[in-house]
Amino acid sequence: MATDPFPIMNSTSNRLLKNLHRVMSAWGSVVVQGISTLGDISLFAFQMFAWMFRARPKRETLMPNFYAVGVLSLPVVALTGTFIGMVLAIQSYHQFKNIGLETRLGAVINMSLVRELGPVLAATMLAGRVGSAMAAVLGTMRVTEQIDALVSMGANPIHYLVVPRFLACVLLIPALTVMADFMGIVGGYFYSVIILGIDHAQYLRNSRDFVGGFDLFTGVFKSIFFGATIAIVSCYRGFHCQPGAEGVGRAATAAFVQSFVMILALDIVLNIFLDAVYFAIWPTGAKLF
Amino acid sequence: MDESILNQLTSDSPPATHPILETRGMSLQFGRQVVLKDISVKISKGETVAIIGESGCGKTMFLKALVGLLNPTAGSVIFDGQDIQQLNDRDMTNLRKRFGFVFQNAALFDSMTISQNIAFPLRQHGVPKGKQAQNLISDRLSEVGLPSNVLTKRPSQLSGGMRKRVGLARALILEPDLLLYDEPTTGLDPIMSDVINELMMRTRKRYPVTSIFVTHDMHSARKVADRVIMLYPYSRLENGESQILFDGPPEQLDNTRDKRVKQFVNGEAGERLMEMLASRSKRHPDTLNLVDPNHNDGTDEE
Repeated sequence: MATDPFPIMNSTSNRLLKNLHRVMSAWGSVVVQGISTLGDISLFAFQMFAWMFRARPKRETLMPNFYAVGVLSLPVVALTGTFIGMVLAIQSYHQFKNIGLETRLGAVINMSLVRELGPVLAATMLAGRVGSAMAAVLGTMRVTEQIDALVSMGANPIHYLVVPRFLACVLLIPALTVMADFMGIVGGYFYSVIILGIDHAQYLRNSRDFVGGFDLFTGVFKSIFFGATIAIVSCYRGFHCQPGAEGVGRAATAAFVQSFVMILALDIVLNIFLDAVYFAIWPTGAKLF
Repeated sequence: MDESILNQLTSDSPPATHPILETRGMSLQFGRQVVLKDISVKISKGETVAIIGESGCGKTMFLKALVGLLNPTAGSVIFDGQDIQQLNDRDMTNLRKRFGFVFQNAALFDSMTISQNIAFPLRQHGVPKGKQAQNLISDRLSEVGLPSNVLTKRPSQLSGGMRKRVGLARALILEPDLLLYDEPTTGLDPIMSDVINELMMRTRKRYPVTSIFVTHDMHSARKVADRVIMLYPYSRLENGESQILFDGPPEQLDNTRDKRVKQFVNGEAGERLMEMLASRSKRHPDTLNLVDPNHNDGTDEE
């Protein structure tokens, strides 16, 4: 039976404290739920890593996932990369022209793409196209007892279903990122040189001089973490799907939203880390102008 | 083959042998909700047991706990002398070769063809391969009465009855010692339901298999089972009562004195609707009183 937590207070302060108590309880339960989910996801990831080294995944489970993640995501990643490169050129051109530095546009576009937009864009497309589909497929398998059927026939569902998806995301997202970078650079070049008429030779020289190997490494390195996050969050959401069509829909939505939020949060952390690494190796840093 | 063994395989009655499966004080609980409490059952080799009971009494949970798909919160499940909860992953995987599970909606893998579905246990356990495996798949398919042209189809292209028969073929592919069926006739028309019943009986004759099936279908329970166990929802039990209300041959179902067993067997609602409405009124006192149409809350007199 619920008891009054503040029996001796006067009525106004009692009401205020009751409301505060209710708000605190609600927030408390949200925090506890969040910590519990984080713990669950960590355990899930741990099991997945354990199974990855315990038994080699079968070719028949790897290939369809590699195809779905790598081959089928390629056109959409390439297309969005191209558009983003062109949009960057449109947005930056006038500001750079006003200060007479429009030939440096290539450096800005390429640097933005290679370090930041390429990996984040590829990861976002992967979370939307592949992550939510993974959650929906695994969720449907859960509610239609296909995961139970796997277990009953001696297969471990984490080894059979999660490990191939994880490997597909982690191993192929760098290739997708490089494709997004490349097509963005092509899109930026096309708009800057062909449409806006910036000098071809200067545009290329500036692009080449300011974008280094470490910048490319930064984007590709981050993308591996993004791929791992997408696979783990999406598979976890699928495995813990609630019954019914609504449950599957919620799992798919939650997989995308949570993957996306985690990608952005990870992006900040990894950028801080990589900046620290960069300045440890090259203390003077690089100058754009 | 020895004549006595041949008789055992072809006879309808089960051979009386030691229990192949036993639950000892098995309980299952989700959070505060008790689903199964202190269930102790012994099932002999070759027996065909029907688990009956109303929806929500924990029949499917019981079935899943028997093969380690759910872990009991207390008690143990002993299969052929081994406590399955004490087995490590490798031993449990090996033991699963001896189980076949036919799921309620077949649980066929959507991404695979029927042939790949039936072959899945063979691939998983690596026995046998190639032509021998193909022959085995064709044999099982013909045993459940399906034409070979379904092998290349996907589960979504088959009817409910065909899917269940494919599920049975998949469960039989490794010739298991223990075959479990979860509501094998639910959702099928009466003829297809009886086809499944006949298949279950033929399977028992053909293989020395112990079968346990969960069902609501009393016709199926009476026709196929040697023994019927009726479970009752734990939340509706009187203090100290066992969750197993009936355990015996199907012929004794009509002689039982327990009115809850009679009610289920005869499919009578009895006072159940009134009980449901009363419990709803208790939980939501502001809602319309449907229990007693003559109920007067005193407002009419004002």
